Amino acid sequence: MKSPFIVSSSVGRKFVMSISGAFLVLFVTFHAVMNGVALISAEAYNWVCAVLGANWYAIAATLVLAGGVLVHVGYGVWLTMQNRKARGSVRYAVTENSPGVSWSSKNMLVLGLVVLLGLVVHLTHFWAQMQLVELMGGHENALGLDPADGASLIAFVFSKWYNVLIYLVWFGAMWFHLTHGIWSMFQSSGLNNQKWLPRLKCVGNVWATLAIGLFALVVVVFFIKSLL
Amino acid sequence: MENKLMNLTLKVWRQKNAKEKGGFETYPVEGISPDTSFLEMIDILNNKLIHEGKEPVAFDHDCREGICGMCSLYINGHAHGPDSEITTCQLHMRKFRDGDTITIEPWRSAAFPVVRDLVVERQAFDKILQAGGFVNVNTGGVPDANAIPIPKEDADESMDAAACIGCGACVATCKNGSAMLFVAARVSSLAKLPQGKVEAARRAKAMVAKMDELGFGNCTNTGACQAECPKGISVSHIARLHREFLSAKFKD
Repeated sequence: MKSPFIVSSSVGRKFVMSISGAFLVLFVTFHAVMNGVALISAEAYNWVCAVLGANWYAIAATLVLAGGVLVHVGYGVWLTMQNRKARGSVRYAVTENSPGVSWSSKNMLVLGLVVLLGLVVHLTHFWAQMQLVELMGGHENALGLDPADGASLIAFVFSKWYNVLIYLVWFGAMWFHLTHGIWSMFQSSGLNNQKWLPRLKCVGNVWATLAIGLFALVVVVFFIKSLL
Repeated sequence: MENKLMNLTLKVWRQKNAKEKGGFETYPVEGISPDTSFLEMIDILNNKLIHEGKEPVAFDHDCREGICGMCSLYINGHAHGPDSEITTCQLHMRKFRDGDTITIEPWRSAAFPVVRDLVVERQAFDKILQAGGFVNVNTGGVPDANAIPIPKEDADESMDAAACIGCGACVATCKNGSAMLFVAARVSSLAKLPQGKVEAARRAKAMVAKMDELGFGNCTNTGACQAECPKGISVSHIARLHREFLSAKFKD
């Protein structure tokens, strides 16, 4: 049987990276806004946490999201392996940077793996203490908190300096990944031209900076609050 | 302008044939004028090697005026050397300094195997073109040039893409060994013209399929190809290739 073009064709595979990436960018944007709520009101944030608890729609969304991550990571690793093979076994003795080529564009796999590693830590800190507890039928997490009390959990996690450091490094990797990823998702799905090329790169940088900046702001604000 | 003769050290990749392992050889070259072209400088080296009874360095070249796409060479970490938007044959020694060590390597890509020294096999590009990089024309009388009006912007964009000389610098530069810029330039130049639209869907699918079959890598939008392309072809043509290919596939 002939495999579909999203598997067999290089343009199709790129399209899968683009669509799965776009889905993750939307999620990251939503997550950043959701975190921003915690800066304004703990009650409002906990309401969001309760909505995203062990409800069928939240569980379904979590599964779809996990699927998106798996597809994006799986394709990323697969494509990189193919690309290394295509590059050949003998490497250049001398390499220099070409003008206009961003550092992140050449290091997407490494940046992506750092993002993934950070994600594992993040899920242990939050998801395992919140939705997972509810799924297991618990009413109290390991910290003795209500699993829907996200505001207290944030305050606890970001009172530790080492967590703040880990998260900021993670956000840094994510920022670099997004600055290349956002304009690339348009380019890879064909939604780009000469006029829009610099515009989309600018949109990508602004978008990544706003989303990651909001994530970092929440972490820093809660750390400072813990010191007061 | 100062016209001081230069003494240089060349580190050149030498490889007897496709099967044997290659390695770098170091050669000093003396008394090189800054107005010498890079290929003439290799001619001078080869002349010296022949007089010494050694094998000259094999390298590709033909028109030596930047239009045939035959010359290649990865010079000091750049396809076609350190200058921008030129081929190696148009590179002059004034871009280097007296006493410099210049490393010269062949294109490196699994789809472009080394044949000998600095010569690589680039037939893969011909095979991609044969798969669909053309317009079928029915025989008959010569059509009037003004019978098919084409907007100026479309004609300009088509010509920008058609400037591709198929040298392979994009593949040589790409960390993924991808030929996407080459295929995009061919598909894009024809897609912008009414004559090319008839076979647009078939062309995009056939050329991409052939490119994949020949072992080129996947594009990751680094843009290194555009930076090193001697004709300055933009990666925006790659976006058009995607549009052409995806719309053709979704229509299937």
